[in-house]
Amino acid sequence: MSARELAEAVRRGERTAQSLLEASLRAIDERNDELHVFLHVDEPGARAAARLVDDRVARGEDPGRLAGVPIALKDNLCQTGVPTTCSSRILEGWRPPYSATVIDRLIGAGAVPVGKTNLDEFAMGSSTETSAFGPTRNPLDPTRVPGGSSGGSAASVAAGMTPLALGSDTGGSIRQPAALCGIVGVKPTYGMVSRYGLIAFASSLDQIGPFAADVADAALLLEVIAGHDPMDSTSLPEPAPDLLAHLDDGVAGRRVGLVRELLDGADPEIVAAVERATGVLRDAGATVVELSIPELRLGLSAYYLIAPAEASSNLARYDGVRYGLRVDGDDVTAMNEATRTAGFGAEVKRRIMLGTYALSAGYYDAYYGQALKVRTQMIEAFRRAYQRVDLLIGATTPSVAFPFGSKTNDPMAMYLSDVFTIPTNLAGEAALSLPFGRGEADLPIGVQLLGPGRSEPLLFAAARVLERVERGS
Amino acid sequence: MSDLTRDEVAHVARLARLRLTESELDLFTSQLAQVLDHAADMGSLDLVDVEPTAHPFGLINVVRDDVVRPSLSHDAVLAMAPDVEDGRFAVPRIMGEAP
Repeated sequence: MSARELAEAVRRGERTAQSLLEASLRAIDERNDELHVFLHVDEPGARAAARLVDDRVARGEDPGRLAGVPIALKDNLCQTGVPTTCSSRILEGWRPPYSATVIDRLIGAGAVPVGKTNLDEFAMGSSTETSAFGPTRNPLDPTRVPGGSSGGSAASVAAGMTPLALGSDTGGSIRQPAALCGIVGVKPTYGMVSRYGLIAFASSLDQIGPFAADVADAALLLEVIAGHDPMDSTSLPEPAPDLLAHLDDGVAGRRVGLVRELLDGADPEIVAAVERATGVLRDAGATVVELSIPELRLGLSAYYLIAPAEASSNLARYDGVRYGLRVDGDDVTAMNEATRTAGFGAEVKRRIMLGTYALSAGYYDAYYGQALKVRTQMIEAFRRAYQRVDLLIGATTPSVAFPFGSKTNDPMAMYLSDVFTIPTNLAGEAALSLPFGRGEADLPIGVQLLGPGRSEPLLFAAARVLERVERGS
Repeated sequence: MSDLTRDEVAHVARLARLRLTESELDLFTSQLAQVLDHAADMGSLDLVDVEPTAHPFGLINVVRDDVVRPSLSHDAVLAMAPDVEDGRFAVPRIMGEAP
């Protein structure tokens, strides 16, 4: 059953939130040792939340649009009193004194947060292999990665542990694992979802978004978490968009751009899937044009200077003083160094150093400054494209889920798995990935739909057109 | 190839308050050089007249009414600190020994 159907059943009193939670906990219990999806399952908190929902139904109240639906949270989202680690030793044992806005909104809509999912350390990675607590396995093929950084959240939905999950997407960290696990993942327009309580990686790129098994569930979850929040000064000054109301609007008369650069280097099966998806949109009445946006090729270079630069600043706060790990030293500098050296893993150190270098005197203009100008060019290139078409289509990833260890010794090869998703983050725009066809080893392929800021209603409607053909319903 | 040197990597590690072993220094020097080499495709562009973008929508100041609101309690914040003394965060000495 979909999250929508489950919530409706709970609201009508046909199912209880507690029974949905117990089913979720059983599914987690069955496979979590094998797949390592959850770092922490908050059984007492989830049971209390589910009981509250059932009590409200018993009193004749409406608990909300996600009544009783179990949801998994990426472990970089702060939840009051619940361990939050970012999959890093430096935050092991930390319990936040406040909750992210998205979690308050979920609970306000009757959802039941069941626990915190594994990620690449501080969301830096594309496979969950940089987690200090060990990787998550892909539920569809446990010899392969689930993608990352939100690999645990994607795996939770793909394994049927929870109908919904939240992740964060800085360079593809929702869309890439959604593609590799065969589910729907959305990177909303920058500012659409409050970042308050999301532990910062690269603040000008980070955005929270939904994972779901189908397009309508993802739309419902985004409607619940989106909308202005005074606690995030970069939050858009408007309420959540109406997505479900426009889900069946179709694409008749819409113009779709098939982007050559979003297919370059992709597996042949993936190129074929994107072309087939483009044909479906054409059959549904859209006009399709082929486009080249050469600026997109520079996205990877700009991103791997901008994101580490912002990360080097954001992660300066982990100094052993106010929270998290402290390793003693003779003076405060020695303590800072010992703490950070013991607390951060290799990938986080690599990115902090890259960012510190890109921002350091003598190199700032050549690296960080140049990357910011490339970012401007990318935004302008997208703007020109959106004068010609309403949305863009391409691959989400160059390959299907890859085996463990195949890219861990070569950071550049790992970074290339985000080559199609990064441009959207640099431009602050919207994109989603949905499963469409199967590739190597019968593993799912993700097709990516991209649009300008605030184009989510159209993106979801187009995704629904593809989904209806793919599923026959 | 990027001209990133081992000494520069060691310097950056000091700035970032990280201690690297000798083998980590070697590994990071070659890996960071690889990323910087990839970024060389940007170096050749003529972007003199292009404005930099640090933020997708341009940040503007956001102000709220100047009214007192509740915040986290002192105890809740200090509860997660590694070391606390007299209601404050405690740290090792900051200055050298007194003469």
